[in-house]
Amino acid sequence: MSTPTQPVIKCESVYKVFGEHADKVLRKADGAIDTASLIEAGCVIGVNNASFEVHKGEMLVIMGLSGSGKSTLLRCISRLIESTAGNIFIDGEDLLNMDDKALINIRRNKMGMVFQSFALLPHKTVLENIALPLQVKGISTKDSMERAMAMIKLVELTGNENAFPRQLSGGQQQRVGIARSLAVEPELWFLDEPFSALDPLIRKEMQDEFLRLQSVLHKTILFVTHDFDEAIRLADRIAIMKDGIIEQIDTPANIVLNPATEYIAKFTRGVRRERVLTCKTIMQEDDGHTPLSDLTVSQDDVIETIAEGVLSEQNPVAVVDDQGKKVGILTNQIMVKILFGDTSELSINTNTVGQA
Amino acid sequence: MQNVKHHKGIQFLALLAIFFVLVVAIDPESGGNLWRFQENIFWLLPDALNNGLKYLINDFWVVDIYDAELDLTEESTMMKEFTRGLSGVVLFFITLIRELLLGGVKTIVIFTSWDFVSDNEWAYIPALPWTAVAAGAFLLGHYLGGVKLSVLAGLSMVYIALFGQWEPAMQTLSFVLVAVPLSVLIGLVIGILAYKNKTFELILTPLLNVAQSMPHFSYLIPVVVFFGIGDHAGAISTVIFATPPMIRLTILGLKKVAPEVLEAGKMSGCNPRQLMFNVLIPTARHDILIGVNQVIMQCLAMAVIASFIGTKGLGYDLLVALNRLNIGEALELGVSIVLIAVVLDKLSLAWANKQTDYFADLPFYLHYKYRLAFMAILIITSIIAYAVATFLPNVHNYFYIIDEAQGFTTQTFWDAFVDWLITATYQSVQSFNLFMITSVLVPMKETYLAMPVVATLFLVTGVGYLIGGIRSAIIVTAFIGFIALTPWWDRALITAYMVTFATLISVIIGCSMGALCSQNARATKIILLVCDTFQTFPSFIYLIPVIMLFGVSDLSVLIAVIVYATIPATRYTVEGLRNVPPSLQEAASMSGLNRMQRLRHVELPLAFPHILLGINQTIIFALFMVIIGAFIGTDDLGQLIMQSLSRSNGMGQGILLGLCVAFIGLAVDHLIHTWSNTQKKALGIA
Repeated sequence: MSTPTQPVIKCESVYKVFGEHADKVLRKADGAIDTASLIEAGCVIGVNNASFEVHKGEMLVIMGLSGSGKSTLLRCISRLIESTAGNIFIDGEDLLNMDDKALINIRRNKMGMVFQSFALLPHKTVLENIALPLQVKGISTKDSMERAMAMIKLVELTGNENAFPRQLSGGQQQRVGIARSLAVEPELWFLDEPFSALDPLIRKEMQDEFLRLQSVLHKTILFVTHDFDEAIRLADRIAIMKDGIIEQIDTPANIVLNPATEYIAKFTRGVRRERVLTCKTIMQEDDGHTPLSDLTVSQDDVIETIAEGVLSEQNPVAVVDDQGKKVGILTNQIMVKILFGDTSELSINTNTVGQA
Repeated sequence: MQNVKHHKGIQFLALLAIFFVLVVAIDPESGGNLWRFQENIFWLLPDALNNGLKYLINDFWVVDIYDAELDLTEESTMMKEFTRGLSGVVLFFITLIRELLLGGVKTIVIFTSWDFVSDNEWAYIPALPWTAVAAGAFLLGHYLGGVKLSVLAGLSMVYIALFGQWEPAMQTLSFVLVAVPLSVLIGLVIGILAYKNKTFELILTPLLNVAQSMPHFSYLIPVVVFFGIGDHAGAISTVIFATPPMIRLTILGLKKVAPEVLEAGKMSGCNPRQLMFNVLIPTARHDILIGVNQVIMQCLAMAVIASFIGTKGLGYDLLVALNRLNIGEALELGVSIVLIAVVLDKLSLAWANKQTDYFADLPFYLHYKYRLAFMAILIITSIIAYAVATFLPNVHNYFYIIDEAQGFTTQTFWDAFVDWLITATYQSVQSFNLFMITSVLVPMKETYLAMPVVATLFLVTGVGYLIGGIRSAIIVTAFIGFIALTPWWDRALITAYMVTFATLISVIIGCSMGALCSQNARATKIILLVCDTFQTFPSFIYLIPVIMLFGVSDLSVLIAVIVYATIPATRYTVEGLRNVPPSLQEAASMSGLNRMQRLRHVELPLAFPHILLGINQTIIFALFMVIIGAFIGTDDLGQLIMQSLSRSNGMGQGILLGLCVAFIGLAVDHLIHTWSNTQKKALGIA
């Protein structure tokens, strides 16, 4: 049914309009969306013409400040709220035209979601909370508890299975939320500001944990956050939203180097390039004559992590791909430019950036 | 803000001035409609209501009913058949539980339709020996809540048994065990429906408001007419009375569930039923449990009041004991009622919080240890009881049931104590009584009665306008105007005077006590515990010690009312003051305010809206208790309701009187809530 190239999530001109008079205005316009007249009628446009695709195993981070419509967009895609217009396809299936039964079915098998406030059930233990999605599916108590125990091990909460949510710290509670969302082994993983309610140190720890999980699980992920650094750190691609509109959707490196609008530039200005760029994006062609040092770096390494090593070498350093094949070199001059120079002087391998 | 306040102050003074001018200007003799509304079309309302209800019972929707026993087809009405059927079902369950606890033959008769009971004596269900029930209570308490609860539940049963109250207590218990689940179930269902359907909720809310403000007594009257008298009627009136708070708290709890939890449930793949029962209701269980707790309290309060319409049990005995001024016995019965209330409350709470252990891989006898233990206890206690009965046939069987005559009693002690107390304090209590009645209560009553109806209505409307604008003015005037148009305005004034007096004292005591206790964390904890405990007592219980000390008079009713109504005033004051954000208190301290200044300038103003709600509760509590005070003998609306209970055509009057009481409560409630909300908005904490 699904071809390898088919996107897992496909949004086509998704709109969500809030407001008492929304229905009236829309009926008058015969279903066509006229943003100007909607705003005039006192409506708020939560999501404005969102179109994008997310492929298998990809992590798309939707980033925006509060009120930008990022959570609304996520809830349209999980159909927790009904979109006003547009089409959403999950694995090629039309989500918005599913009946309740099909919707429950897709949620039971394909979707998992993590919430900002954890949204754990206060009357259930950690174990019971994690087992909830399994039990509502009708899996036997014994099997669902065993599965839940495995999830507890996965999120490293062993020993806390009989605790109640109120007895856990914020970070632990969110681990439970993550375990619950993963219990049914969904393909699609929605995370709505999962780490925003946590302290900075715990947040960092949870982000690492999250990256570790993703490196094992390879889910298709929609991740909502208001934290630009978090987005840069985690994302394969970032969609930046403002007032319901997706302003730019691209890889972190491209967004940092080529912000599409002034608004986005405000976010990227403070970002240190060496944290975003990988060796692949700045390496040079090897002319074959210069002697290379013994050190090699991977093409996917972030500059920050290898800068010191490269700079302490006399000769240029080879950049290798996953198979260990040499694909380019890094010289001290490039490194200095990246670390201290002006962006405009850089030659960036933009053609490779998109495939990061 | 300051200006507006000032403005309102002047308006209020003007209002008072006009009020007094009206009071002086209108002469009782020649005032006519200005003094009291004369006989009008509203006075026909009770009879009209009577006729309407009678029509509903006797002539509306006539159906043919075939009577199998007589082989005849009779005419009856749908309403009669419906109430007959319902009564039968309720009565069956009460009887079933009662016969398990006390023994009997009726249940079997129902199934077999024998009418020759005497020929089938073997069909008698023997009662469970009290030892089995008490041990069962120990076990149940242990199973649900550990050692503490086990001791509480078990010892309560032992107390009841040893004091010879087993029979009435089990009668009450059987009645409560039917009424409570029924109320909880109906309340939950209606609450869920209202949560799901906005229109239904909109229709339901005003009905709930009125239902919750009607005094207990007025529920009895229609129930008697529709369902007759007896245990089932008591249970049905109790269910009607206890369900509204359950509905309300169910709706409240469901609405409070965080939207993300709801979404988490949906994303976990719950269908609507799973969402309701696995996610929403358990998450809202805190409020729903408060609802269950309220239901239990109301049921036990009603257990006493329902004895007016033939409910057997502790309530009935208590009523008789109070009537005979048998204080010692009343006290013991009161303790039993309170114990049952507390035990049921704690057990239901523990049951709701019970946890399951999924990984316990236990052998059979451990897995079913409680059930096995109960079976063992049942067998052992039965054998003991049977053995005693067989081998010592002439001795009273203390191991089976302890009669009233055989039980312990402390009556003589209490009676002696009361006698001593009355002799010792006779002089001072009498002079206090006399002073209060002649110098305070009677003058106050006279003053209230001396108000022309027009002046009162003007004052009420004016206050309504000042607090909530035109809307409030109209609402309040409509409520109070309705009462003014009925023939019972004078009685309503007497009720108002008693409520005013009690409220004033309660608020003074409660607020100052609350303010004092809230200064200290330990005192706060203690006072809240005291409030909790006192709130568990059914309202009727408060009358016992008061009659004991002050005899039967208006004053003793008022004292009971004051004790009862002080609870909410204290609780809300403490809560309000403790909930002032600590950052504000720190800010105040850092601004150099001392403790008194902080209380005056920071804490009290911020807590004021919450304290207002406490005063509201105080007034409502006082109103209810004043009505119940009719039992001791007052001459207000409550007394009239009591009277209409025993009159053959009293139904219409009783219901309307109940509405009058409800309207007083609703008017006050509306005013104070509006006021509190405006204050909250002004403080930005709405």
